[in-house]
Amino acid sequence: MSYFSNFATMRSEGSLLALILFLLLFDILAGRKGKNYFQPVAILLFALHTLFTLMPAEAGESFGGMVQYHPMMTMVKTMLNIATLIIFLQSKHHFDGPEQKYQQGEYYFLTLSTLLGMYLMISSGHFLLFFIGLEMASIPLAALVAFNKHHKKSAEAGAKFILLSAFSSGILLFGISYLYGTTGSLYFSDIPSLLSHNPLQIMAFVFFLSGLFFKISIVPFHLWTADVYEGAPTNVTAYLSVVSKSSAVFVLMTLLFKVFGNFVVEWQTMLFWLIIVTITVGNLFALRQKNVKRFLAFSSISQAGYIALGIISGSPLGMTTVVYYLFVYLFSNLAAFGVITAIGSRTGKMNIPDYKGLYQTNPKLSFVMMMALFSLAGIAPFAGFMSKFFIFSAAAQQGYYLLVIIAVINTILSLYYYLMVVKAMFIDQSDHPVPALRTDSWNRASMVICTAAIMFAGMLGFIFSYLGDYSFGL
Amino acid sequence: MEYTLLILLFPLTSFIVLGLFSNRLSHKAAGIIGTGALLAMTLLSFYAAWDYFTTPKAEGFYQTLIPFNTPWLHMGSHLHIDMGILLDPISVMMLVVISTVSLMVHIYSLGYMKGEKGFQRYYGFLSLFTFSMMGLVLSTNIFQMYIFWELVGVSSYLLIGFYYTRPEAVAASKKAFIVTRFADMFFLIGILVLSYYTQTFDFGTLMSGNETIFQHALSTRFLGASALVWAMALIFIGGAGKSALFPLHIWLPDAMEGPTPVSALIHAATMVVAGVYLVARLFPIYVAFTPEVLEGIAWVGAFTSMFAAVIAIVQTDIKRVLAFSTISQIGFMMVALGVSKLEGHEGLGYMASLFHLFTHAMFKALLFLGAGSIIHAVHSNEMERMGGLRTYMPVTHLTFLVACLSIAGIPPFSGFFSKDEILAAIYGYHTGLGIWMTVAAGFTAFYIFRLYFSIFWGKQTQYAHTPHESPRSMTFPLIFLAIPTLLGGFIPFGHFVTANRSVYTIHPDWPIMFISVLVSLTAIFIARKMYQYAGTKTGEASSGLKGFQKAAYHRFYVDEVYLFITKKILFNGIARAFAWFDHHVVDGSINGLASVTDWVSIKIRGFQSGEIQWYAYIFLFGTLLITALFLFM
Repeated sequence: MSYFSNFATMRSEGSLLALILFLLLFDILAGRKGKNYFQPVAILLFALHTLFTLMPAEAGESFGGMVQYHPMMTMVKTMLNIATLIIFLQSKHHFDGPEQKYQQGEYYFLTLSTLLGMYLMISSGHFLLFFIGLEMASIPLAALVAFNKHHKKSAEAGAKFILLSAFSSGILLFGISYLYGTTGSLYFSDIPSLLSHNPLQIMAFVFFLSGLFFKISIVPFHLWTADVYEGAPTNVTAYLSVVSKSSAVFVLMTLLFKVFGNFVVEWQTMLFWLIIVTITVGNLFALRQKNVKRFLAFSSISQAGYIALGIISGSPLGMTTVVYYLFVYLFSNLAAFGVITAIGSRTGKMNIPDYKGLYQTNPKLSFVMMMALFSLAGIAPFAGFMSKFFIFSAAAQQGYYLLVIIAVINTILSLYYYLMVVKAMFIDQSDHPVPALRTDSWNRASMVICTAAIMFAGMLGFIFSYLGDYSFGL
Repeated sequence: MEYTLLILLFPLTSFIVLGLFSNRLSHKAAGIIGTGALLAMTLLSFYAAWDYFTTPKAEGFYQTLIPFNTPWLHMGSHLHIDMGILLDPISVMMLVVISTVSLMVHIYSLGYMKGEKGFQRYYGFLSLFTFSMMGLVLSTNIFQMYIFWELVGVSSYLLIGFYYTRPEAVAASKKAFIVTRFADMFFLIGILVLSYYTQTFDFGTLMSGNETIFQHALSTRFLGASALVWAMALIFIGGAGKSALFPLHIWLPDAMEGPTPVSALIHAATMVVAGVYLVARLFPIYVAFTPEVLEGIAWVGAFTSMFAAVIAIVQTDIKRVLAFSTISQIGFMMVALGVSKLEGHEGLGYMASLFHLFTHAMFKALLFLGAGSIIHAVHSNEMERMGGLRTYMPVTHLTFLVACLSIAGIPPFSGFFSKDEILAAIYGYHTGLGIWMTVAAGFTAFYIFRLYFSIFWGKQTQYAHTPHESPRSMTFPLIFLAIPTLLGGFIPFGHFVTANRSVYTIHPDWPIMFISVLVSLTAIFIARKMYQYAGTKTGEASSGLKGFQKAAYHRFYVDEVYLFITKKILFNGIARAFAWFDHHVVDGSINGLASVTDWVSIKIRGFQSGEIQWYAYIFLFGTLLITALFLFM
């Protein structure tokens, strides 16, 4: 194998790294006038990067097994790219302001760095590379959470996030060290055969998974979510809830399938209970939220429970449904965030009561939001229904009837709070509704993409079968 | 018959156009687009019906035609979901019913909703609703049906909540949505179970009469019943939710807060009968493999029809009377399905049920639209605010009377024929049940004529504005719908829709017919006595009927007893108790569920304290707990 072919499996990482370095130089070297073109150039180049790395390659490994590539990873990375691109479209307006302009370089640099970290995490074949990726995905993210540094809540959220991230990384690393201590290897491909059910390994396994559960906001590792989501700038919240979560879900799934296949009974039992708790707690807390971002934080917690329901089946179908779920979730959630950004950046309003009477002043935004929430709630015929249905059927095929029933009951519960927002927008009267807004064309483009996907992604059967071709199970 | 695809495309296009350009279109343009698209769809539906029923039958049986079908999703190796169009006698019949009523509602709304804010949006929603309803009845497989089923739910949510300025409308739309969604959850689980064991969603495969596909489902047992019984029962619960059967009926009376034409469309003719349609669609499975579920359907239907008919007697809101009446009539249809078998005379119930669906759609839509016309004139829903309207609104009065006579089952109006066949089918199954339903039919005649007499006769009410007849756009649909209400009974329905799809000629059952007409007439007389001149002390009789009553003294005596029973026992004892039970217990338990959820969510709020040490502590505690469980359990 030639040295060059090592990089073929890391095409997307290489392309993204080049993009990051280019943008860094651009930002440093460009003059005042050149800086005006920074955002369009960055978005365009990132879109090109997405296109360039779209096609999956042959499965393989490189760097002696440090990197293990599977075509499914390209699907997931593309999804992350699309989500990031949509978030860039939504945040463009914010960084056009005179005071924010000087921050635009940092914003893109930090965001893309975390994305690179996630790429590494996804395609790693060794726990060390995995950990590097994980940290790379967390630390710049903390900086992003605290991005509005003059804003007290943002700074507080940043501090909370970095401290708890460090804490969870510590626990995860502790798990990895026990794993190394008992097996003598950190290669994903070596470990499965070395796993016996010795107590230290069980401990290592649980500790390691806790670290990942933290990222996905599985209860009881979820407590940071609401505070951080609320304090962070809206676009960063969107990034946390979609990109960061999706990457961690996929990594969790591949690790459970590939590395911890021997522990299948353990992790299925564990997920069984965690799913019940997560969906229910997420829903119960969402009922009481006033702040839209906190509301979506708890909604995203319960969504994490549904996603885990796809993982628990351990079958190739399970993997397909999870990736498909993430695909739909991305658009549904980002459509909601597009509306929140549009309203928040112009009026600063972030509470559900502020959305009262929105329909009268901003009918289009209200419809986008309504479709997003209906899709999140899993109402047919929106895409979110199909993705939930697939998850349920994958779990039911493995005999998890009780779990499916609990999850379905929870969808009814969740309907209640999703409708609460719909009701506020369409039905409630307000003396001071949000004034009629004119959104910028970039954000509008993002919402058009998301709405189209919500309406039609469920109808396009080939997406699901395409993902199915690349899925693998235990 | 590929052109049937256009039946779906017309309302869909209209919805898209109205949705996209709602701000740029004038009210008039929006009305023309919506109504025009519906007119085209209706003509096409009628043509399709003619085309279908004149297509030569194969060996005397109507065939299932699938003019369009495309695989949509592949799940696993066998299971796939299609999207397509299925034509068979019941779907074609539903095409005619839905398009007719929907068109009438579209025309009627031109006058009724004139000048309302959001007129364009209203027409957009109407088109969306019609599209989803059409998609529902034309589905080739149960999954496609479910998707349209939900879409029907979404669009009706939007329509009921249309008067978003009224808090009751808002609460009602939400309640309707959540209750029906609650039922749909069972439906979905039922679909999952059914498809898991049979490996198909396709109606064609499920109905093929091939027993082998059900073998697995029949042999798997769960809590004392086979998986197939569970699946079919769960699917029925979904239907019961949409069709407002007890105890899932609680959303329907509240949903009357929506615009009245919407009630005519959704709550009379289309959405509420979706459950009946669902059971009829899956009838071959019910009858062949799960007769116990079918029996349950019959009893639920029987209880619902009586329960709702009794409650309707004490309602004072004109639309609520009609709402409970709808619940009761759907109960009739369900009983008829429940007692039916497949072949020949035993399959009478199936035919009668769908016949009643057809006639009920026409006369109930007429009743609702008539009620809308009255509400439009007097600006109130309350019966007490009405009276003596027959002189002011002659067209509304006459058409409303036709519909009342039809629902009361008086010959030769359409309701007489369909209800009579239902009763004949029930007597053939169980005499006690037949008597029970005859009594319910008597109540029906009573409450509807109580409504009629107190609106159009009764005391001369002082109106702030002199009521006047509604504009032509509103009276035309009334007159149009009065035609099938008058003559619909003479349609040889058995030639088109039967359980086994062969032609069946109806033989009238004279004794049953005689008894039911007698019961209805008696009920009408009592209602007339109590309400025609209520409030006017003179009590002078205008018709020769009074003399007849006097002459037949003993009958008068029976009437008095009956009157005593209705007024003293039924009103104050049973009906009020039923209404109370309905309001406080059935309704309350749903509200209670919500309160418990609320309470729990308050109690656990403390966990989200905002303190980072606490968060880390919970994190660590969780990790250690899981570890400990694995190590020591």
